[in-house]
Amino acid sequence: MAKMTHEELEEKMLDLLEEITGDEAVREQRDVDLFEEGLLDSMAAVELLVDIEEEFGVSIAPTGVPREEMNTVNLIIHQVEIRL
Amino acid sequence: MSFFADPSFFVITALIVAIAAVLGLHQVSLRRFGMGATLVMVLFLFCKTPGQGAAFVAFLAIATLAAKFLFARRDSKARFWGALAVTLAPLVVCKVSGIFELNLLGFTGISYLTFKAVQVVLETHDGLIEEMGIGDYLYFLAFFPTIISGPIDRSRRFVEDIHRTPSRDEYAGMLARGILLIGIGMVYKIVIAGIIHRYYNPAGWGSGPAGLEFLNQVGIAYLYGFYLFFDFAGYSLMAMGVSYCLGVRTPRNFRAPFIALDIKDFWNRWHMTLSFWLRDFVFMRFARFSMKHKLFKQRLHTAECGFVINMVLMGAWHGLTPSYLLYGLYHGVLLAATEAFQKKSKFYKKHKGERWYQVLSWLITMQLVMFGFALFSGQVLMLAKGV
Repeated sequence: MAKMTHEELEEKMLDLLEEITGDEAVREQRDVDLFEEGLLDSMAAVELLVDIEEEFGVSIAPTGVPREEMNTVNLIIHQVEIRL
Repeated sequence: MSFFADPSFFVITALIVAIAAVLGLHQVSLRRFGMGATLVMVLFLFCKTPGQGAAFVAFLAIATLAAKFLFARRDSKARFWGALAVTLAPLVVCKVSGIFELNLLGFTGISYLTFKAVQVVLETHDGLIEEMGIGDYLYFLAFFPTIISGPIDRSRRFVEDIHRTPSRDEYAGMLARGILLIGIGMVYKIVIAGIIHRYYNPAGWGSGPAGLEFLNQVGIAYLYGFYLFFDFAGYSLMAMGVSYCLGVRTPRNFRAPFIALDIKDFWNRWHMTLSFWLRDFVFMRFARFSMKHKLFKQRLHTAECGFVINMVLMGAWHGLTPSYLLYGLYHGVLLAATEAFQKKSKFYKKHKGERWYQVLSWLITMQLVMFGFALFSGQVLMLAKGV
């Protein structure tokens, strides 16, 4: 895959997250704890990891990243970016 | 020696904590001392039951060999499945032979040690663990404060703790917290659970009016539920406290479970290290597998099925008895039903933030939880047989 720019990655990830959480608020609230807000639960987290693998070819194990390091939109983007 | 119960356990542990305090406050690494203390305590634990001691040593040997076998070629699928099967084998043999009251290969703590060993195998396969020294691995498995009943720690976290020597101030904070936790734990387990236990008199369905007999049974179930909490949470706090004194931040096991607003919330507060372990290594892996292989059309069905598998396994892990299996199935079905209700119900989405809804939801949750404990204790099955 050709190297993706930060903006492309961000846009794709926002689409993904909006679909999984069913809430377009994720586009604006980039630093809120998605688990605390009830937008993500264990099930949605798995869906996110599977989608990230399909979309970006980045494989993250369920316990690969501690929850507090991957619980906001910006942190999720960051975790994928450092693995690309 | 019975851990966290016999006076001799507390005397020796106090001595260990005192020595650890002197070393820790002088910024000496507690790793070697903790390993030595664990060796001594394990000898005390199994000295009167040499058969269990032998099973314990056999378990450690099998688990270590399996882990080493996998470390040597981490990307091998065959090695992964082999290591997993071998690590699980002693527990499976023990639980299955338990049906025939044989308890082959069993020893105090086998279930908890199996969880820890399996975590290492799974995370090695995931590429999260590259290698563990034999000393660290054995210390992680046998760490004496948590050997008999958890809390179930994770190896990467544990190894980081034992290889870090905290500053004097930081260790002083950990020590103070550890001693406080031990104190609270003692009050929970020895004082409060002790008092409740005095009033706990399980009895069959008597000949009085049905209403009164029913209330009596509800009372018994409630007392058992509170006893279980104070006994187990008290134990867990003490185990956590002794760990802190040895420089290990063992995770907490309970967070006010009786204020849970729904069953999902309850499992985020009750025996947390067990439910998080199952969430991470069973539920999420099952969900990932079924999504990748498209086993279900809907995400909800994946979640429902995952919850049932997860909790039946939890019940089976407690023991292959009708009471435990039913307990697991019961909570699996409750979690699945809760998930469906919260995802589908417009009523829920509309009212979930309102005070009256939360109070009602809490009230219902508590009754469901207490009924679960009555399944767990065998009370329900006993009554069913008696009728």
